Amino acid sequence: MKDLVDVSSEVRVNDFVIKIGNVNGTGSASANGLLMKAIFRMGVPVVGKNLFPSNIQGLPTWYEIRLTKDNYMARSGTAEFIVAMNAETYKQDLAEVSPGGFLLYDSTWPRPDLHARPDITAIGVPLARLVNAAFDNARTRVLMKNMAYVGAVAGLTGLDVEVIRGLVTEMFGTKAHLIDANMKAIELGLSYVREHFPDPLPLRIEPMDKTAGHIMIDGNTAAALGCVYAGATFGAWYPITPSTSLMDGFKAFCEKFRVDPDTGEKNFCIIQGEDELASVGMAIGAGWNGARSFTPTSGPGISLMSEFIGFAYYGEVPVVLFDVQRAGPSTGLPTRTQQCDITLAAYASHGDTKHILLFPANPKECFEMAVQSFDIAERFQAPVFFMTDLDIGMNDWMIPELEWDDSYQPDRGKVLTADEIENLEKFYRYEDRDGDAIPYRTLPGTHPKGAYFTRGSGHNWKGGYTEDSDEYKEVLDRLTTKWKNAANAVPAPVITRCGQPARRAIISVGGCDGAVLEALDRFAENGVNLDYLRVRGFPFNAEVDRFIEQYDEVFVVEQNRDGQLRSLLVNETEAPKHKLVSILDYAGMAANPKFIIEGISAHLEALGDVA
Amino acid sequence: MTSMSKPFIDKHLPKNKLGLSVRNYEGVMSTLCAGCGHDSVTAALVQAFWELDLAPESAAKVSGIGCSSKTTAYFMGQSHGINCVHGRMPSVATGANAANGDLNYIGISGDGDSLSIGFGQFAHAIRRNLNMLYILENNGVYGLTKGQFSAAADYGSKSKKGLANDQMPIDPCVQALTLGAGFVARAFSGDKSQLIPLIKAGLKHKGFALIDVISPCVTFNDHAGSTKSYAHTYKYYHPLVHTDFVAHADEVTGSYDADGAMRVTMQDGGELFLRKTESDYDPRDKAQAIETLMMNKTEGEIRTGLLYLNSDLPDMQAANKLPKTPLNQVPYERLTPGRAALAKLQSRYR
Repeated sequence: MKDLVDVSSEVRVNDFVIKIGNVNGTGSASANGLLMKAIFRMGVPVVGKNLFPSNIQGLPTWYEIRLTKDNYMARSGTAEFIVAMNAETYKQDLAEVSPGGFLLYDSTWPRPDLHARPDITAIGVPLARLVNAAFDNARTRVLMKNMAYVGAVAGLTGLDVEVIRGLVTEMFGTKAHLIDANMKAIELGLSYVREHFPDPLPLRIEPMDKTAGHIMIDGNTAAALGCVYAGATFGAWYPITPSTSLMDGFKAFCEKFRVDPDTGEKNFCIIQGEDELASVGMAIGAGWNGARSFTPTSGPGISLMSEFIGFAYYGEVPVVLFDVQRAGPSTGLPTRTQQCDITLAAYASHGDTKHILLFPANPKECFEMAVQSFDIAERFQAPVFFMTDLDIGMNDWMIPELEWDDSYQPDRGKVLTADEIENLEKFYRYEDRDGDAIPYRTLPGTHPKGAYFTRGSGHNWKGGYTEDSDEYKEVLDRLTTKWKNAANAVPAPVITRCGQPARRAIISVGGCDGAVLEALDRFAENGVNLDYLRVRGFPFNAEVDRFIEQYDEVFVVEQNRDGQLRSLLVNETEAPKHKLVSILDYAGMAANPKFIIEGISAHLEALGDVA
Repeated sequence: MTSMSKPFIDKHLPKNKLGLSVRNYEGVMSTLCAGCGHDSVTAALVQAFWELDLAPESAAKVSGIGCSSKTTAYFMGQSHGINCVHGRMPSVATGANAANGDLNYIGISGDGDSLSIGFGQFAHAIRRNLNMLYILENNGVYGLTKGQFSAAADYGSKSKKGLANDQMPIDPCVQALTLGAGFVARAFSGDKSQLIPLIKAGLKHKGFALIDVISPCVTFNDHAGSTKSYAHTYKYYHPLVHTDFVAHADEVTGSYDADGAMRVTMQDGGELFLRKTESDYDPRDKAQAIETLMMNKTEGEIRTGLLYLNSDLPDMQAANKLPKTPLNQVPYERLTPGRAALAKLQSRYR
């Protein structure tokens, strides 16, 4: 181990990872958020990933902040600078520091095991001692130790303390004593490292101008905002990680924007159901009755909701389901990310059922696609799945500012007014009058002539009960056509060409996007030409078929064990199965480019092919 | 279920204030067994709705799965109905009610639907005081699957094959009382004079109104040894309180007068006219209601009527401060914060 900071190594400016190991429940989240926000305010693009346990207090938690001057959106998978605050994970943290990297530890206590890594530099800061001398209260000491390492990191990397001060001031507002206390703790760490390690590290933060016009926001909050702007009025939910913050967000925005200041009346209704079965039932009831309704959940919730989902599909009731995916199966890893509900959602419920899915890749798309989900659900009178995941939903992402066009009007689909019903000779609920497989619907109470009976049992085009084979099949066939037609309504795939003749390509989905784009840059540097299509909706747009046709081989990159997107491609496109090669990452961590680069490279090497 | 409509001739039938005859409140032809108690409930609903002069389309009918749940197709064909999944009608009713509280929500369920898979939703709809009339057509048996005991079957009651039920029954009225329901009644499908006023009162009650209707299954549970047969019910049936519903009344008192009558004001403006039969039963006394129901079990009597009434509880709409304009009709302009607000809001994410 080197005792002093070695500044001889190559200087890396705004291009490294700071990873903080801590204990959950100690208030580290706000310290880490502060650190990340300060880097963002300095104009440096950042990627922040919170790795937290399924636990209230006491288990290990990590926070990764990647400074990425080249504006990549994924984790790098490396850790050049680790702040090891959790004695329980010291060993693991120590092992994880990238060669030549740095480890900041609390030197209040001796750490003999640091000798295990002669290739890195350990920086001891007696955080506990410094903080204990300055603060009396036990809980305050715990919290302030976190602020002290923020100061130490700032001092070592050149993070602007004035930017931090600005953020702390915003954070605590008028509570001057809290601003003072936190700044005092930050100064403790800062002055210590300035005194003992006067030379800056080769890992440096310098001001840039690459974050102007951007915000840092998580996908659940952005999706919640989308629900508000879509005009959703009813949400039912049952708390489940990682979807809970979506409804928390919706509630907070509605309390801000939807309460009549004169009467206190609320132009929204949120019901916490007794379980997911009830929550989706409520959302379906509200959708049947003409309110834009939704339920946020995760995989276990979708399993529970499946019977009702089939009912909404067959009864043709609009409803939006937000599936913030987490690692399964069963309870799985509730605080780890995966894309493991793709096939579940696509075919949820017994019998022949096929659904409409939207796949956002980041919080900006969460906002936009949330709005689209409601339009599509009402246009197609069907359940729509908004397929996000824990990484997109709960981590703060740097995205361009959200925009809104005030000329937007919700597409409420084919809902007949009382006058329109009056002018009809007769109303039949499932009559395909326009030949587009979408029938007209009426809302309860509108007009006696518009009344119909919604049932999950066999029904004919008139909405009447039937056990007649032809009548039954007629409705099922129309539902297939309706579903297929949705391929042109879901967001179109995004295609990125490498600009060179390419025999191979990548297809991916959702939060893998950043990792794929970064991997493509690395491949391009090495002369490997790959085109890329990101799926954004299901049923697949015809563009997906055309894309696959153009290549000898297509790598399907996704985050689950079984290649679920690939299964859907095999099942729902004309693509020959052998053309589709799975590149899978199901470790539960936010995607990084490594598994893609390694997976594809290994495949190419096995073929003896390099391009 | 069927979609067969009945021939419509109502020339000589009396009309209500809307100029409609009872025939306007009917649905398609019932496909239940001849003599099924459920058909009597259907007829009572038609009559009650007609007598209250409610527009047929103002009803929203919700149900789950089972013989009882099929009946929503057999009344008020001019109103919307939704026949959803087993035991989960209350959740659909909750969402529908949140979207538009101006309709008259009528939930039809059975003991199989409400007291097994649906027990949780039944309980939670009561806890939320969902404004609906919830009719539980209780026959102690699974009819559609041919005669299994339901959770409401009495201990020792015999199946058609002669087997005695060895599990304790769930009493929906006791459950509803303990869960905070404001309107709890028990009736018998064979006594229309009692059932119709209870339905009217239940429709007018602002909040969750449960009517547990003993509704015998003629095919699978109408034999000797069954405690839910017509013969058994007629024998032990004991109206506790005579109930009548008066749409508009002048005189208001809170307790029984010298003649043994009581008027209770409903939130909706109507009056309930109650007459005690023999005991000093006070339907505003929850403890007495529970005690009386518990005595049923030991004495074998089936005490019926309006067992409990508290019309002062805020319903789900009030608890959630929902607007006068139903949520499904609030114009979009009132729902969107707009472009400027979004720009302003985002300063917190910088």
